[in-house]
Amino acid sequence: MGNSQAGISKVRIATCSLAGCFGCHTSLLDIDERLFDLLGMVEFDRSPFTDIKHCGPCDIGIVEGGVSNAENARVLREFRDNCKVLVAIGPCAITGNVPALRNNIDLWDCFQEVYLYDPGTEGNQIPNDPELPLPFDKVYPIYEVVKVDYFLNGCPPSPDAIWKFLTDLIEGREPAIDYKLLRYD
Amino acid sequence: MSKAITIDGKTVPFSEDQTIMDAALAAGIYIPHLCHNPEFQPHGSCKLCVVNASGRNVTSCTMPASDGMVVANNTPELNEDRKALVQMLFVEGNHICPACEASGNCQLQAAGYYLHMQSPHFTHFYPPRRVDASHPDIFLDLNRCILCELCVRASRDIDKKNVFGISGRGINSHLVVNSESGRLGDTNMTVTDKAAHICPTGAILIKRKGYTMPIGKRTFDQKTLAEFHLDQMKRTGPDGE
Repeated sequence: MGNSQAGISKVRIATCSLAGCFGCHTSLLDIDERLFDLLGMVEFDRSPFTDIKHCGPCDIGIVEGGVSNAENARVLREFRDNCKVLVAIGPCAITGNVPALRNNIDLWDCFQEVYLYDPGTEGNQIPNDPELPLPFDKVYPIYEVVKVDYFLNGCPPSPDAIWKFLTDLIEGREPAIDYKLLRYD
Repeated sequence: MSKAITIDGKTVPFSEDQTIMDAALAAGIYIPHLCHNPEFQPHGSCKLCVVNASGRNVTSCTMPASDGMVVANNTPELNEDRKALVQMLFVEGNHICPACEASGNCQLQAAGYYLHMQSPHFTHFYPPRRVDASHPDIFLDLNRCILCELCVRASRDIDKKNVFGISGRGINSHLVVNSESGRLGDTNMTVTDKAAHICPTGAILIKRKGYTMPIGKRTFDQKTLAEFHLDQMKRTGPDGE
């Protein structure tokens, strides 16, 4: 927990995008001027906004995207190990969503289609650099890999839903998303 | 002397041959359901409409009302069970709402909203299912089929065509098409058939109609599943479009 100048402890938040499109992060930025209020209450740890590479001890971890490869799984475990409360944001983290459309296609067939058979890929090969993370057979929702405390739906969740959810959580209330803000799409 | 049951403490009159569901809908009381549609014979398969009737859990769409029956419907326990059923339907198929034309007009999705489903909770099956685009006007996407048999009933009882059926048992149950090739394009189904407009999810879609309604104007952007189903009772028109 960090301390602001006024000596009030701020809530420490880490965020990441696994097999997602960063749309949920974009929607978080879409809370517009409320970002100033948010930054008065929280400090960001690892996040695309800070470019910190590893997650340290945090109060809240927010994970966008499903688990598509070994690197996703490693990052997700790091978040779970370090965050008191873990939140799945958006349907990719909650159901696998569009990336999970590949779950019924054999991984090798998928690679061949994308890198070898598609028009314009003549002479290419399937990437196999050892630095590339190992892809999994399927894309998994994060709750099938680690324990998840809260889910925030919407593709992406609306800025209002994100604001309501975060302020509830930061101020110690049970997050309550009413019918108008609950959307799976 | 008219006969009556009570639902969550409220006295509800019923007439001969009415089920608990019929009496409830007529009285404007909502019992969540997916496979039931007042225009068709009850099916009793989705189990969302299970209520406690004088101590026994029964499907309200098939259980005849009887005088003095005490029904519990809108209780936290029953709604938790209903939510678990919807979660199981979600993981059994491939329901990818953001990529579905029916999103916003889908009763499965709306049931999730109505029951405050925050996640599918269970392990996803990601079952391999078929998409049939062989018909010139109608898509059949079995990824989204919840086996409610509304299309089976509509095609058999209204259209008199028997285009659909259910084959297989247990987890292997699946919708089949009644043509030699098994393809929808080789049946006599037409876009004006009742069966083409009865699917509660996005399993049967009309081609070239996708995404015509902007977000905010779709059915369940405007009303809950409860309001939709109670309105459906009042409507004389055919389907929920």
